[in-house]
Amino acid sequence: MAMTDQEILEGLGEIIDEVAGVPADQVTPDKTFVDDLDIDSLSMVEIAVAAQDKFGVEIPDDQLKDLKTVQDVIDYVRRSSVSA
Amino acid sequence: MRLTEGAAGARILAFGGYQPARVVTNDELAASVDTSDEWIRSRVGIASRRIAGPDETVADMAVAAGGKALAASGLSPGDIDLVIVATCTPEVQIPNTAAQVARRLGINAPGAYDMNAACAGFCYALASASDAVRTGTAGNVLLIGAEKLSQWIDWTDRSTCIIFADGAGAVVVGPVTDPAEAGIGPVVWGSAGDMADKIYIPDRNGFIIQEGQAVFRWATTALHPVAKKACQRAGVDPADLAAFVPHQANLRIVEAIARRLGAPQALVADDIVTAGNTSSASIPLALSRMLERGEIPSGAPVLLLGFGAGICYAGQVITVP
Repeated sequence: MAMTDQEILEGLGEIIDEVAGVPADQVTPDKTFVDDLDIDSLSMVEIAVAAQDKFGVEIPDDQLKDLKTVQDVIDYVRRSSVSA
Repeated sequence: MRLTEGAAGARILAFGGYQPARVVTNDELAASVDTSDEWIRSRVGIASRRIAGPDETVADMAVAAGGKALAASGLSPGDIDLVIVATCTPEVQIPNTAAQVARRLGINAPGAYDMNAACAGFCYALASASDAVRTGTAGNVLLIGAEKLSQWIDWTDRSTCIIFADGAGAVVVGPVTDPAEAGIGPVVWGSAGDMADKIYIPDRNGFIIQEGQAVFRWATTALHPVAKKACQRAGVDPADLAAFVPHQANLRIVEAIARRLGAPQALVADDIVTAGNTSSASIPLALSRMLERGEIPSGAPVLLLGFGAGICYAGQVITVP
């Protein structure tokens, strides 16, 4: 079942709130993780792990480093869940 | 052939810890490598660590911690018939550390061996000590985790020099006659040799290299099931744990595992803040300090969880003396 961008964004907001304490309403597609949301590389790993549980999409470390913005993750999850 | 008769169970009689005198702060490291106090605290949770003197050996630290545990146990050196030193940083491979430590503590001709399961070493060795007592292979065991990681660190590598440190922690393990008094639960252990290249020393002149992100991912996803299984096998509900003392690898790993364990009452060890990552020494060192401060009541159940290079991991529930 394909998820919409909005559904992925909402799920991601919950994850980021839980992992990094960033309120979900600040998690918008154009935000960068490092500069805008102050999320470091270890928190990104926790987000990737939580995303795997929530969306059923694995984000390996070598892919994770290329995901700079919230929209990048949304695109990745959408692409991967379609191909899966 | 006759076989040994063992004890009904084993328990930890006493703890002892030792830290080198020299305190190295984050600011001191930031003077020589590109890092900062804020960066180190937020990424690994360390404020300061202890580093051994140039002439201070793994055996010296093991003797200091082992002597304290022995004294606290009320036993005499003659009561100990097995000495195990868990270490991955001995000065040399031959001779082993354990026999020298035994001699210096006045323990006469015990079985003596070193065990290397890196940061899981203490929990591996505790399982072996418990089994030795239960099978009658040993009466009382002195078990020491001791490390001088500082001599295997590239002090210009900011990803590792901020983490690793030196120290030792020890326990005395002895028999009980009533199984209800047993204080070392079944070990849940394992390894993942396919991840051997995630934490390693390339050769005998090399230094520790760690793929931090990969280790972090593994530690925060693979270990909480091990921790839960150790509780299950001991028949202890995580909700009833008085403390959770995992290897002090990185405070964020410690906290992530604790969150997933679901043990809201348990005091979670955070000794890494002032001790750094001391590999096989970290669990007994943390526990000895928590017990000194009176933070855990006698007889209370505590979950231990060691993990690190290998990859090796092991966990068990104990009751504290």
